[in-house]
Amino acid sequence: MKLYWKYAAILLKSQMQYKASFFMTAAGQFLVSFSALLGVSFLFDRFHTVDGFTFSEVLICFSIVLAAFSLSECFARGFDAFPRLIQSGKLDQILTRPRGVVFQVLTSNMDFTRLGRLAQSILVLCYAVPHSGIDWTAEKILCACLMLIGGAAVFSSLFVLYAGFSFFTIEGLEFMNIFTDGMREFGAYPLSVYGGGVLKFFTFVIPVALFQYYPLLYLTGKSQERGFLFLPLLAFVFFLPCYAFFRFGLHHYQSTGS
Amino acid sequence: MRQYGSFFRIRFLAGLQYRAAAWAGVSTQFAWGGLTLLLYAAFHRSGSANFPMTFSQLSSYIWLQQALLALFMSWYFDNEILESVSTGGVAYELCRPCDLYAMWFVKNLAVRLSRTSLRCAPILLVASFLPAPFRLSAPAGWEAALLFPISLALGLLVIVSFSMLIYISSFYTISTLGIRLLSSSVVEFFSGAVIPLPFFPEQLQAVINVLPFASIQSTPFLIYTGHLAGRQALQSVAVQLLWLAGLLVLGRALMGRALKKVVVQGG
Amino acid sequence: MIELRHIRKEFRVAKRGSGFGQAVKALFHKEYETIHALQDVSFTIGDGEMVGYIGPNGAGKSSTIKIMSGILTPDGGTCRINGRVPWKERTAHVREIGVVFGQRSQLWWDVPAADSFDLIRDIYRIEDDAYRRTLARLTELLDLGELLKTPVRQLSLGQRMRCEIAASLLHSPKILFLDEPTIGLDAVSKIAVRDFIRAINRENGTTVILTTHDMQDIEALTERVLLIGRGRILLDGSLSDLKARHSTRRTIRVAYEGDRLPPFEQMKILKDRDGHAEITIDTAVLPVQEAISLLAAKTELRDLSVSEETVEELVVSLYQEFAI
Repeated sequence: MKLYWKYAAILLKSQMQYKASFFMTAAGQFLVSFSALLGVSFLFDRFHTVDGFTFSEVLICFSIVLAAFSLSECFARGFDAFPRLIQSGKLDQILTRPRGVVFQVLTSNMDFTRLGRLAQSILVLCYAVPHSGIDWTAEKILCACLMLIGGAAVFSSLFVLYAGFSFFTIEGLEFMNIFTDGMREFGAYPLSVYGGGVLKFFTFVIPVALFQYYPLLYLTGKSQERGFLFLPLLAFVFFLPCYAFFRFGLHHYQSTGS
Repeated sequence: MRQYGSFFRIRFLAGLQYRAAAWAGVSTQFAWGGLTLLLYAAFHRSGSANFPMTFSQLSSYIWLQQALLALFMSWYFDNEILESVSTGGVAYELCRPCDLYAMWFVKNLAVRLSRTSLRCAPILLVASFLPAPFRLSAPAGWEAALLFPISLALGLLVIVSFSMLIYISSFYTISTLGIRLLSSSVVEFFSGAVIPLPFFPEQLQAVINVLPFASIQSTPFLIYTGHLAGRQALQSVAVQLLWLAGLLVLGRALMGRALKKVVVQGG
Repeated sequence: MIELRHIRKEFRVAKRGSGFGQAVKALFHKEYETIHALQDVSFTIGDGEMVGYIGPNGAGKSSTIKIMSGILTPDGGTCRINGRVPWKERTAHVREIGVVFGQRSQLWWDVPAADSFDLIRDIYRIEDDAYRRTLARLTELLDLGELLKTPVRQLSLGQRMRCEIAASLLHSPKILFLDEPTIGLDAVSKIAVRDFIRAINRENGTTVILTTHDMQDIEALTERVLLIGRGRILLDGSLSDLKARHSTRRTIRVAYEGDRLPPFEQMKILKDRDGHAEITIDTAVLPVQEAISLLAAKTELRDLSVSEETVEELVVSLYQEFAI
């Protein structure tokens, strides 16, 4: 763990070498996600509710998903930028070091400019929390925190899966965007709005609904099911198959060297 | 003219090399379009009276948008061009007997067209066989069918001439990353890529319709679906023409000034 | 101890045609061809040896190095290094090796090398005492001093390479793989790097395996040479053996009084101007002494020197001999 912070420090130090560019990019990240927010607010301006959810309830969902995404984008960036790691030969170097590959990939890159996006999601959350009409008991606060952590875990797992695919195809990776960038955009709304089939897919195959839809039901009082509170923790299990696939890809890489 | 033709050809062929990317892109955009429509269907259920167009018009709009995504992508910038300016390599290009503005323009046009040509057909084909309200319908009438290709071409020229301004700005700043991020999100939002312009608040629509952004993808798509028809459609195409002329003149003038600076300072 | 037995490795590469028709065709169907990077590679390297691993581009040098450093799994054959199979016990194996990939950097570009070194110490879990000692010694030998405090991107190529080599030796590896360590360096830096490699080998008994295109590196550093071509080891021997066996050519330079040299049988006059001439002979046909006496009989010699074929020429003739 100590080593992890050392890596983080050295990467932050590197990025701070170009201060102007760093802050410009962070500000850019902050502004970019505004268009998504504006889109949501324009639609609610016209329709007021969707699938029984109000604007501020959707904003809670929007901001938690965005925050979870930005967190994993910042810290699991090494997996997000993995194709470059392969192409530049850095992966070979990683393999000649006596530490776990996952650990080294994680620490190979952290993009702190993504915190700009995190800042925006926190602002939105600050607006939505008092306006949502939710009675914020300790349990509900815990629920929101678990949603955030579970979300970061799912997005990070998706990045690991993405990296696993990049051992086989670099060009074809675009389809993963539907789960990463796509879930950042579409995850802004409770997943039930897309209908039962989509909800089932994102519950059992890619467990986005476990940290998004079900706990949100509990949070907004639409369901009294206590168990929903802990579903985000179940989302952690998703890491296992993603990691297994990554190992499989690494094995393939070591036997083809491509 | 021939040299621009071969520039176009090289770029176009380079774009065709990426077959896996094309298949992946097709499936991603298909899923993306589907989820978008499901989302609007949910909004439709909660207030169909507030829907600014029919649902099947919206379906056509979304599928056209997904199929032609690469044509109007606001985030695409040619790294080669940006690098040639920041490293000073642009000075060599000036030695060639071509017009730099036209060359960059053609390069951008070719990349957009080749990416689109690979991806649009499968999406359009599958989308037109979907069940009723979700399918891509035929153009709204012979008028729409006639005007759509013209408006589409104008839209493409407008986005390219707009991105030329960003390339030119790289002569004046050290890093264009901030400008690029900002301009691409502004263009994306106000051109109707996030939500279609008819879903914007009414007062805002009046303003946006005269800005260049509406001339990019919104006008051709709305003409196709029949949301813009008759006089209104012709007016919108006229606005496209005006903006294209304006952006071309502006781009050329700025490029001329920037190049003078390069020549004087020697890069 | 490094032991490779019958190592094989194949790659599949996609073919890409040119032109519009090919591009469209490639959308639906791709053709592959198989490249036999390594066909049957066997050799043994003992502890403390310094070995030059040479061969033309694409001969399989880097595939071999990758296999030995645990990055690549071979298709067949066995490889044991200090009793371990590199790709099976990666972590334990890499702790004992150091790798310098000539053209890639393992240092963080934007921070001083000292920071990178610190991090490497933690990665390899090097004891503080040992780390301090090693670093002090490396600093002295490579004359790093002030360099360690400068951001790496501001260092010259030679300075950076010295830091790179130090970085890969911080954990005192038993085996050091150097892939083109002197590429692009100026003469002074080259000599410094070579001196250092020699010192490390002599004092620590570090096994050094060196791939290079720079024949001066080979000449200055290695006693033993492995030549690889088309995926096979073609030659394995000492540099002097190689020379003796494969080089019977000598170059004689003379300075003389009088007119231009007359033509000689079995001697080839390369240059002849203003009383200076350069002649090559094949000692298998005409021994050096005889050549000299022939020359002395015809002209009045003022000065004379005989030189062997350079290693570069030797390698070129080896490549030709094996048609690689």
